[in-house]
Amino acid sequence: MDTLLPVASGGAAGPLTADELRELYSLMVAVRHLDTSAIAWQRQGIIPGYAPELGQEAAQVGSGYAVDTTRDFVFPTYREMGVARTMGVDMVAYMSTHKATWHGGLYNPMESRLAPIQAVVAGSVLHAVGWAHGQTLDGKDGVALTYFGDGASSQGDVHEAMNFAAVMKAPVVFFVQNNGWAISVPTERQVAGGSVAARAAGYGIPALKIDGDDVVAVLEATRRAFAHARSGNGPVLIEAMTYRRGPHSTSDDPGRYRSLDEERDGAGTDPLERLRQRLLADGIADEAFFAEALAAAKAEEEQIRTGIQGLGSRPGSEMFDLVFQETTPALQAQAANWREESEHV
Amino acid sequence: MSNSILEGVDAAGDDTAEKTAENTASPASTTVMSMQQALNRALDEVLADNPKAVIFGEDCGRLGGVFRITDGLQAKHGVQRVFDTPLAESGILGMSVGLAMAGFHPIPEVQFDGFAYPAINQIVCQIARMNYRSRGTMPMPITLRVPSFGGIRAPEHHGESLEALFAHVPGLKVVSPSNPHEAYHLLKYAATRPDPVIFMEPKSRYWQKGEVDAARHDTGGGSPTGAKVMREGRHLTLVAWGAMVSRCLQVAELAAEDGIDIEVLDLRWLKPIDAEALAASVRKTRRAVVVHEAPLTSGLGAEVAQLITQSCFDTLKAPVERVTGFDVPYPSGDLEDEYIPNIDRILFGIQRVLEYKRG
Repeated sequence: MDTLLPVASGGAAGPLTADELRELYSLMVAVRHLDTSAIAWQRQGIIPGYAPELGQEAAQVGSGYAVDTTRDFVFPTYREMGVARTMGVDMVAYMSTHKATWHGGLYNPMESRLAPIQAVVAGSVLHAVGWAHGQTLDGKDGVALTYFGDGASSQGDVHEAMNFAAVMKAPVVFFVQNNGWAISVPTERQVAGGSVAARAAGYGIPALKIDGDDVVAVLEATRRAFAHARSGNGPVLIEAMTYRRGPHSTSDDPGRYRSLDEERDGAGTDPLERLRQRLLADGIADEAFFAEALAAAKAEEEQIRTGIQGLGSRPGSEMFDLVFQETTPALQAQAANWREESEHV
Repeated sequence: MSNSILEGVDAAGDDTAEKTAENTASPASTTVMSMQQALNRALDEVLADNPKAVIFGEDCGRLGGVFRITDGLQAKHGVQRVFDTPLAESGILGMSVGLAMAGFHPIPEVQFDGFAYPAINQIVCQIARMNYRSRGTMPMPITLRVPSFGGIRAPEHHGESLEALFAHVPGLKVVSPSNPHEAYHLLKYAATRPDPVIFMEPKSRYWQKGEVDAARHDTGGGSPTGAKVMREGRHLTLVAWGAMVSRCLQVAELAAEDGIDIEVLDLRWLKPIDAEALAASVRKTRRAVVVHEAPLTSGLGAEVAQLITQSCFDTLKAPVERVTGFDVPYPSGDLEDEYIPNIDRILFGIQRVLEYKRG
């Protein structure tokens, strides 16, 4: 599958440095720890729900690491916590969506270069195409990175987005995390032809089907794709093969559709453990470094949890104030009525 | 009201409004043009005024749109400002969201009303909510032009009236012009707003000519978002929008022959609705009939009737009457005239209100 995209030269960096590899590890540990903690938060009643990404840390950290936040823009689904963390988004503001504070999260998407958290499956893929075409119209060199999954690949909007992007040569990187499961439905019952990447050929879009659990492979592929799109060659599709090790959400019960044996076989080796072994083998990091990274992750999680616990509800007036830029008399009247009847003022 | 008003009514010919307009003296800034020309001119000026405005959709570029509303604009403003997209409405509207995020003012066209259905997900779940979802940091200044309503003997899904559907969605604004002057000014206004506006063009009126006073932003009182009294009267208010306005004006002329003095209120904005204008008119006339092409049940007429009832309950002489399309799929051209409120049906509605007896 890789053969479709020529090895990019300018723009794609050479081999990763030891510092970069260690940073990738630290990010993956931070994401892993926050992710597993968030499930605990839900069980403890700190947040009402969460969509875990256990097992997808390499795919998310590796791809997010390739983003240049001074010029690129990222379009997430509801399961890109690892991407957000890698991009340096305020994580209390990000996780607030799971606290049910505000649907899109409290972070500023324009400053973060991360579109609001998107609950519609494949909902933001077309937005990436529009944003990317805007770069072309403006003569800028930003690239749109859009995430979706194997389940979302069934949506018509993904087809429209890939066709539009290819016709317009829009600088878009379509990043598919094929995690094997769309809630309870496995990829073989979801994706005809067995691969989303294979579809790209039909649009004349180069595609990379990669080991999504190898963070180095993910980062290198994403950098190649960015270089390709940034150079005016149009969109690229990356299909990162990974595995959703946890449930779809904290309300899900995978025991109803897959056995523990199937989970073990499908999941393969933990991507975090794979990077750890690699760093050890290459003599880039030692146990002290890993312990330090974990301690930092724990401290970070504690800070984020404290922030989430301290997060009050947004004022009800925001329901009305944030609908339009220019409000309407009807909305003002409803707000006044609400204020009078609920706040007794 | 006697039955005599219903006699001798000619359902054909719908040009009373134009004749009336032509008979009045015109200021120098006035030009006679069709609604198609007025819309085209408005878009031309919007493109010239705002370098971030872009027009796109199916056949909008070289062809100038199937109704020629964007005729000549690509040649004048370039293929980057006015361009054709692949034939997919969700793609067009989804792309608009991304362009708006990138600082553009997209003016997409959905070729026909019914073609908006495949794009409903992007309109309802994305365009309407992005400002809210992003806490006001990602406004959606998208002006979605939709050739709307029936009356041109077109195929299925080419004659729909979607205003109630759009008006029900939080985050959208909806407007429909009734004549060339309104079309010019309302489109120029809508296309400079920071919020998404669904601009419903009455396709059956595209080729009717009327005076456009480019210098006169608003007439008939009220703000750019207000309703407009198109004809003053004392006995009853006809509330309408889009293509139904000229029909109601014609009805008013006919009723006047029998001494019934009808006020015609062009609602213009279907969201937000100008409740004050409705109240002001009906407080005076004490009777109202709302006319629309869309099906009756849960149509915008119900909203209008409630607004009037709320403000004028004590003074109303009769319940607000609705003269509308029926709760049926929009019919083929042969049955179109049976479906769209015609002069007879509007007159019957007026009669029911005038003859209403309490108790």
